[in-house]
Amino acid sequence: MKTFNKVFTIIVLIFLYIPMIVLGAASFNNGTDPAVWQGFTLTNYGELFRDGVLLPLLGNSVIVAVISSMLATILGTMASLGIHAMGPRMKRTVMGVTNIPLTNPEIVTGVSLALLFAFIGTLLKISNVLGFVTLLIAHITFNLPYVILSVTPKLSQMDPDLREAALDLGCTPTQAFFKVVIHEIMPGIVSGALMSFTMSLDDFVISYFVYGPNFVTLPVEIYNYTKKPLQPKIYALFTLMFLVILLVMVLMNLLEARDDRRQRVARRAFGGPRKESAEE
Amino acid sequence: MKTKRLATPYLVWMVIFTIVPLGIVIYYAFTDSVTGAFTLKNIANIGNYLPIFVKSIWLALISSIICMVIGYPAAYYIAGRSPKAQRFLYMLIMLPMCISFLLRTLAWVALLDDTGIINGVVTAMGLKALPLIRTNAAVVLGMVYNYLPYMIMPLYTVIMKIDPRLVEAAEDLGCNSAQVFRRVIFPLSVPGIISGFTMVFVPAVSTFYISQKLGSSGTTLIGDVIESQFKTAYNPNLGAALSLILMVLVFICIGIMNRFSDDEEVATV
Amino acid sequence: MSKELIRLVGCTMAFDDEIVLNDINLYINDKEFLTLLGPSGCGKTTTLRIIGGFLQPTSGDVLFDGVRINDVPPHKRKVNTVFQRYALFPHLDVYENVAFGLRIAKLPESEIDQRVTEMLEIVSLKGFENRKVSQLSGGQQQRVAIARALVNRPKVLLLDEPLGALDLRLRKDMQQELKRIQQALGITFIYVTHDQEEALAMSDTVVVMDKGRIQQIGRPEDIYNEPKNAFVADFIGESNILDGIMLEDYAVKFFGRRFKCVDSGFEKNEPVDVVIRPEDVDIVAPDDGQLCGTVTSVTFKGVHYDTIVDFHGFKWLIQTTEFHPVGSYIGIRLGPDDIHIMHRSEYSGLFGDYSSYSAEYDEINDPDLYPEDISEEVSETSEEEEADKDEN
Repeated sequence: MKTFNKVFTIIVLIFLYIPMIVLGAASFNNGTDPAVWQGFTLTNYGELFRDGVLLPLLGNSVIVAVISSMLATILGTMASLGIHAMGPRMKRTVMGVTNIPLTNPEIVTGVSLALLFAFIGTLLKISNVLGFVTLLIAHITFNLPYVILSVTPKLSQMDPDLREAALDLGCTPTQAFFKVVIHEIMPGIVSGALMSFTMSLDDFVISYFVYGPNFVTLPVEIYNYTKKPLQPKIYALFTLMFLVILLVMVLMNLLEARDDRRQRVARRAFGGPRKESAEE
Repeated sequence: MKTKRLATPYLVWMVIFTIVPLGIVIYYAFTDSVTGAFTLKNIANIGNYLPIFVKSIWLALISSIICMVIGYPAAYYIAGRSPKAQRFLYMLIMLPMCISFLLRTLAWVALLDDTGIINGVVTAMGLKALPLIRTNAAVVLGMVYNYLPYMIMPLYTVIMKIDPRLVEAAEDLGCNSAQVFRRVIFPLSVPGIISGFTMVFVPAVSTFYISQKLGSSGTTLIGDVIESQFKTAYNPNLGAALSLILMVLVFICIGIMNRFSDDEEVATV
Repeated sequence: MSKELIRLVGCTMAFDDEIVLNDINLYINDKEFLTLLGPSGCGKTTTLRIIGGFLQPTSGDVLFDGVRINDVPPHKRKVNTVFQRYALFPHLDVYENVAFGLRIAKLPESEIDQRVTEMLEIVSLKGFENRKVSQLSGGQQQRVAIARALVNRPKVLLLDEPLGALDLRLRKDMQQELKRIQQALGITFIYVTHDQEEALAMSDTVVVMDKGRIQQIGRPEDIYNEPKNAFVADFIGESNILDGIMLEDYAVKFFGRRFKCVDSGFEKNEPVDVVIRPEDVDIVAPDDGQLCGTVTSVTFKGVHYDTIVDFHGFKWLIQTTEFHPVGSYIGIRLGPDDIHIMHRSEYSGLFGDYSSYSAEYDEINDPDLYPEDISEEVSETSEEEEADKDEN
């Protein structure tokens, strides 16, 4: 049974990574059709770096991802602190609202925001209301739940006496947050920020409904492209992005591993219900 | 200052950018596209799209079930590894989700196309090219491929959290491994199944890109229709009405699922 | 001679409908070691947190040096706390943990260094400055917590069951250590515990609490020898508590017999609770006894035998070094100062019979006694509401 599961999992993993292999191979292909191998070449990568269209688009995606994840992290962390201090009924309502962007189909979120912006546009008599700002707003909106779902559990896991100890020793509530609490929830903040960044970078559906002609992100442009055969430098771009995200995930992994190890050691030493003997 | 007031900016944001837009969708759904007056015409028109709704639900359902069948053994296996291996495998499963869903779907086009990679191999062997693309099966494949990690993740999380002492207790009381699985592990993993099912079904039922690329005119899904109402046909009222029904549909599904689970966590991301 | 430092006047604490503290009136002197003692849920920790400033009483006043401090937040009070699970900051080493409060107060570096080093020496942790908190044992962490609080030279130190996680022998050593530190530094200690032995060992004054009310305040010897009601008598040590009638001063009647006793000041023929400590009972031959009964169980405890004896259906606990087998018929004698009389209270009849040692055991077989489930939700709600009220 165990070997069956093991083999099965390997098959699943291969299945998941087939496109990476295909696209990776295509990036080194000396032709435009990924199905037809025409020899190994690095020219696609060369063209990518000289490209004046794709890279700026990637730049746009990165700009939106960075700004929206930063703002979402700050706003979301503040929200988590507030939520943590709420009574159970209010907490349930707020978490319910937080879950809406997560459970709603992306297309509904995109469409609803598009209508909102159109509505505001007519109200304020702005034509062409869609642009960088609307895009940013949309990204922040779908990033917020990820941050909150990352930070709130860390707040719950934290020993509540730590904050009180800081207050007891003379900290104002703000000082207590920056000197003590933030250190305890930092792994949650970082993972929330990284998750937001990754989700933003790759977002297509929502961006597709709220973007403006003056600021286009990479995924949206790729969609518009796919009326004709894709230029191979896009495959090169994909392969590079894959490697970068892989790096980011490995980093996140190591961070989590270090945090887990630290908590395990602390729990072993702290005791709690365990009794300490007189021989130290 | 009360700490809980820190959440107020966030709440204001969510009201403006999540709740109000949904209200606007409802408003548009019940408004005539030309006169702006209240009307049920849009809702009535939905009747025309009933077969498409049915097809969307059907394909999403099949995909979710396939994901469940494929995902469970994988999640179970991963949950039984050492913590280091678990983290590594979990990362591997999650990684594809973070990179260009568009391009990965296009890769499948390249694989399944009439002149694509698979058919390249098939014809090289002297056989006739297989009609793989532009079928329901291709769309299901695309859905399963894209959303499988969403099934594995919550399943794995739930299975991993099962107290190993429960397994020991069952063994102590006389169960062999199959019985332990059937009587202890599987029932306890049900919240994960429900969570995973929801997380696959919702995007699957509302997708439009997968059906465009891997399907044909016979596999137009509800997402496609909504997209066209907003981008090409420009009838936002009808689009809003369809979105509203889709949203209601999704909430009904989630409501049904939640009745089978006591869990408060709706999404385990 | 001792100056009054803290006074609680009419303090009541209510969470929604639940009254956790009911009209608490208490004063605490300078340099005193005062212990709040009681079972879980009696309100002792709530009282401590009110003094610390983490909770505000629903009504009533908290006075410090005669000044009302209800609205003063914790970081402004001259009070420091040793927390139950130590609450040491994991991201700082031992030195920085102890120095934390001094840094917030922006003291000069040289003074910080001098005080931290001095305090680590007092708690016997010299040389541990650079250790990470997670590398310390429970006893060591506890001493860091004490050092971290005391280095700020507070007027009052609050200790919330700090010794609970320690092994028995270490606990006894730490009790002595804490007492020594308190007397050497001359700081007021307010200590919370549910362990009555601990309270009796360390305190100048013991405040016994139950159900949000103060049951008795006094020196340890007074609390032990002259409990005021059945609750106190039962909570401190073991007691046999019987129904009796105070015939007149120095004479009480129970089990149909008249006994000489040393208490007075009761009404003639007032129904009272009679307390007899198990170690005060002399076992004699049935013919010489004032009362006679049958032994129903004997447990060897090392120091003595716990002997349960049935007198007319009421079970007594007698602690004696002699062995009397189950079933034997014995007599007992009581001297006048072995009998202690208390006024009746709401607690009368609840304790004192040794059919079982605990109230819970009696109720286990009775399905009607707990009509509702005490679900987790209820306690969680009050916890959260406590936290809610905290935020100020």
